[in-house]
Amino acid sequence: MTKDFDWGAVGDAFPLLLDGFWTTLLATVFGTLVAAVLGLAIAVAGRAPSRLVTVPVKAVMEFIRSTPLIVQLVGAAALFTSVEPLTVGIVVLGVHYATYTSEVYRAGIDAVPKGQWEACRALSLTPRRTWQAVILPQAVRNVVPALGNYAISMFKETPFLAVITVHEMVFQARDYGTKHFVYTEVFTLAGLIFLVASYPTSLLMRKLEKRLGH
Amino acid sequence: MATEPLPLQKNAATAAEDVVPVAVSKDEGHPLVRFDKVVKRYGDHTVLDELDFTVERGEHVTLIGPSGSGKTTILRLLMTLERVSDGVIWINGEPLTHIRGQDGSLKPASEKHLRAARRKIGMVFQQFNLFPNMKVLQNITEAPVNVLGMDRDKAEARARELLELVGLSGKVDAHPSQLSGGQQQRVAIARALAMEPEILLLDEVTSALDPELVAGVLELLSDIARNTDITMLCVTHEMNFARDVSEKVLMFDAGRVVESGSPEKIFTDPSHERTREFLNAVL
Ligand SMILES: Nc1ncnc2c1ncn2[C@@H]1O[C@H](COP(=O)(O)OP(=O)(O)OP(=O)(O)O)[C@@H](O)[C@H]1O
Ligand SMILES: [Mg+2]
Repeated sequence: MTKDFDWGAVGDAFPLLLDGFWTTLLATVFGTLVAAVLGLAIAVAGRAPSRLVTVPVKAVMEFIRSTPLIVQLVGAAALFTSVEPLTVGIVVLGVHYATYTSEVYRAGIDAVPKGQWEACRALSLTPRRTWQAVILPQAVRNVVPALGNYAISMFKETPFLAVITVHEMVFQARDYGTKHFVYTEVFTLAGLIFLVASYPTSLLMRKLEKRLGH
Repeated sequence: MATEPLPLQKNAATAAEDVVPVAVSKDEGHPLVRFDKVVKRYGDHTVLDELDFTVERGEHVTLIGPSGSGKTTILRLLMTLERVSDGVIWINGEPLTHIRGQDGSLKPASEKHLRAARRKIGMVFQQFNLFPNMKVLQNITEAPVNVLGMDRDKAEARARELLELVGLSGKVDAHPSQLSGGQQQRVAIARALAMEPEILLLDEVTSALDPELVAGVLELLSDIARNTDITMLCVTHEMNFARDVSEKVLMFDAGRVVESGSPEKIFTDPSHERTREFLNAVL
């Protein structure tokens, strides 16, 4: 096996893959940001007193959750041809994951005791202040570890972006592999880079969880 | 501590002028609180059945009655945590639960009306319900600053005074989780007082406390009752406290007032068999 393993190709492809890795990272970071913010908005909207808000939100969420990510990517790329693929990818990833993070937020919000809402009402706090000063700070605390786990799983799904021609790491690996016929080497390398990046992140998340007292 | 004048009312007058733009009408013709055929149902279960009673301004009233008789429900309706199923609650001659239409008819109140109307009312809960994500000081200043629009420095100065009043000057920067139950409840009392309520609702505020902490909190409430003109409605099983603090005791059963009178009268010579049974059971 060692005989066939082309170390030269590994060295050769490494800068290319690293380049792709930055794109992967970029997509993950911004995708997570979108998912974190939008998920929160969906969770809060889900608690709106009017069904005019809650029903459409639920319908869209169901739609997004019941179609595969890759279909959403291709569909969005086809719809928004004038937008840069990476941007489309980030938004689609973010929206897709927002349907999951919103559930996490919802659980976090539900975990805030009823007495907190009642104390807010008894003090005549506005709904805005109630959310901002009391409910969300307590809910988000419960939510951070789960958000971290979604970030990691989004990171591992970024290769789907290759389908819409985003030059992330796996796109680069395949590109190089096709040109030089060294799939094993470059994909092993890509896998290693994923591992090196996500394993410490998971450890970090676990530490964070402990610190937040979960 | 008991005889010291409270810093409360002295400031209350000025603060009310400075901060609350709506003049509080001191209409002496109306009782401060009037329940007018108030009905509260949960599904098929009628908890309050055309309940009528009044509380005068400055009165300290204790609500007693067996478990499930609707005492908490009454306070929650007053705090507008629940809506009435029927009937009207009046505060100072104005509907709390309703809005008066142009033709004088009453319509169920909007959230906005409720938010404005409930400002005069404060509540202390059995479980304290302090905000765990805020330090003690911010727990107290949050509403004055963000609801009354009080200047932050002024609100903090007030909060410090109130903390001194409840005997917790040293805990300004503590988190609620670092306090004992009794201390948390004192902060909750200070937080309610910071909004300068006309009416203070107290629902079994010592029930969740360790026995040795109860007396201190009750003494504090007695002080407040003596030294302020805040109208108080207390639900309590502490009959001594009822005797110390209140001029009037209302005995409830099955969502109706069985009888009312001075603590002396109710505790020593109740008119109703139901009251006698209840008191025998709890005393
Ligand atoms: N949210 C609710 N849903 C259904 N029933 C309720 C609800 N809240 C209260 N009840 C019912 O209303 C009745 C009165 O309850 P309430 O809490 O007012 O009694 P209470 O006099 O405060 O009793 P206790 O002394 O045990 O605190 C009870 O039968 C209770 O089960
Ligand atoms: Mg009760």
